[in-house]
Amino acid sequence: MTQLNPHLPPPFDTSSAEFTLIAQGAESLLYRTTFLHPNTSAALKVRPEKKWRHQTLDKRLTRQRILAEARVLVKLSGEGIASGGGGKKVKDPKLGVQGVGALRGRVPAVWGLDWEKGWLVMEWIEGRTVKQAIYDRDAGDEMGLRALLGEVGRVVALLHGAGVVHGDLTSSNLMLRPLKPETGQEGEEKGVAKPGRLSGEVVLIDFGLATQSVSDEDRAVDLYVLERAFGSTHPKEEALFAEVLAAYGETLGKSGKVVLRRLEDVRMRGRKKSMLG
Amino acid sequence: MPIAIGLEGSANKLGVGIILHPHHESADPPSPHDSAHSDDEASFSHARKHASPPVQILANLRHTYNSPPGTGFLPKDTAAHHRRWVVRLVKQAMKQAGVQLEDIDCICYTKGPGMGAPLGSVAIAARTLSQLWDKPLVGVNHCVGHIEMGRAITGADNPVVLYVSGGNTQVIAYSAQRYRIFGEALDIAVGNCLDRFARVLNIPNDPAPGYNIEQLAKKGKVLLELPYAVKGMDVSFSGILARVEEMARKLEASQTSDAGAWKDDESGEAITKEDLCFTLQETVYAMLVEITERAMAHVGAKQVLVVGGVGCNERLQQMMGMMAAERGGSVFATDERFCIDNGIMIAHAGLIAWKMGFRTPLEESTFTQRFRTDEVLINWRD
Repeated sequence: MTQLNPHLPPPFDTSSAEFTLIAQGAESLLYRTTFLHPNTSAALKVRPEKKWRHQTLDKRLTRQRILAEARVLVKLSGEGIASGGGGKKVKDPKLGVQGVGALRGRVPAVWGLDWEKGWLVMEWIEGRTVKQAIYDRDAGDEMGLRALLGEVGRVVALLHGAGVVHGDLTSSNLMLRPLKPETGQEGEEKGVAKPGRLSGEVVLIDFGLATQSVSDEDRAVDLYVLERAFGSTHPKEEALFAEVLAAYGETLGKSGKVVLRRLEDVRMRGRKKSMLG
Repeated sequence: MPIAIGLEGSANKLGVGIILHPHHESADPPSPHDSAHSDDEASFSHARKHASPPVQILANLRHTYNSPPGTGFLPKDTAAHHRRWVVRLVKQAMKQAGVQLEDIDCICYTKGPGMGAPLGSVAIAARTLSQLWDKPLVGVNHCVGHIEMGRAITGADNPVVLYVSGGNTQVIAYSAQRYRIFGEALDIAVGNCLDRFARVLNIPNDPAPGYNIEQLAKKGKVLLELPYAVKGMDVSFSGILARVEEMARKLEASQTSDAGAWKDDESGEAITKEDLCFTLQETVYAMLVEITERAMAHVGAKQVLVVGGVGCNERLQQMMGMMAAERGGSVFATDERFCIDNGIMIAHAGLIAWKMGFRTPLEESTFTQRFRTDEVLINWRD
């Protein structure tokens, strides 16, 4: 068969489906394509070879990361044996009442993968990144921004409650998916949010560095990464990050408060440390 | 024309530099170019082919304190070394620069971060000069010194900066008058990891343990498995150090034992010291390039500037260059005159601040071991 897309790994290189490059992140290339049916949008995540790394290291990392990402997504979606309790509530108090499967719909579903060739196909998430949404928002919409940040805190809390730590929380890894069109709305085109509006569902993406952990330290570091990334990307809105943490604490209850206290220690470490051992 | 003298001594290198910032009439836009490996020794004016502001390096002297193989340099010995050498270096620098006391506008010194006692010796020297010569003091952040010097020498306009040395490991991007730290080492600096590994294998510290590891690594072939600890934008080296020290001890033991050499599973060949150096470099440098790439992707930058002593490493520069090229960008690096701690970067960053009106009164001319890069207001940039 002729190679229609030589830059893609097999079997996509000989596929006649459409592939649109959406993003070239540090780790991977993201394409929009279709899966099984021309109307079903899918995300194809390709982890290309990084020739600047030693080949052995590169292969090892690619394999580990694709598998880890897929396992975590499957667990969070609560499907199959990988969901741990088989969908039942797990006894560990740190996991909270939500348990596994709580994030179905809030993370992309896994549809296929090949860890040797370095690709993963997932459900396509409509919308923009939270980063873009914040940049594009209506200037005066502080309430909307606070609500959005609260939603972010809530979703991260659910994630931690399900026993997963994202590992790379930034506003580029949070999507804002428009809500389903409501019936009877006048004036507003169905399914299309006004560009400046901050409404929608927060969906987590890019679980390439996620780990399955319930430790307070890991959860606190996860929040710290988000806090610092937020401060660097949205310096003017830095003060409102407290909304994220407040919602997090509320959603995760006692465990959440412990993590927030731990976060203070993690922050102090950044301030105080000397890097000489 | 503003001239500054800069004193640096936050670790085991004592540096004295004298810099001149010529007035420039035209506001030429910066023209970035890659990797400045100038052949000039003392003076260095790139007014025509280089970014503004062009700087003239009138003197850049350094003397390094190295401890014997198997040991690291201790604060009090390092401070003693700096005290022994500073007067000589200052005199030599003044002579080489051919400037008089009256020409100097300010005395710049490293306020921090770094090791306490060595920083203290240099601060005292700076204060003494300031009072003897009746010139104002300017306390400079060591990291900001590296960044500003890197920008001036290479012409990189707004790069993501990877600052890697024995004492620091940070990925920095400029935003709203601050050098913001995007990612960093959570426990020890990468250079510290390399230096401590060198001790276990008795790799010499002269001229620098990292340099000697680099030369050995060039002859290494086998990539053993080390933990790879990248956590988002941050990295962690203490686990890697523990594991590689374990390997070093295993290697030493196997070389003296009757059981025979430690052999690689795949090739069947004996593992060597060179293989360990190779393994460590490939792993930690891959981690650093990865977090730099993340920052570049997040910020949308195309340029990378590598500064700090570990930035001299050719393999790191090569890996970074390949990564940047894959992204349609480029890497900027300086040679050992500027990568390794030096006085000229302190003079340069200090003079920039002085021109903005910044002064450090005598009562405030302290030094501190912890001084975050983002604490400094970069009011000379928009």
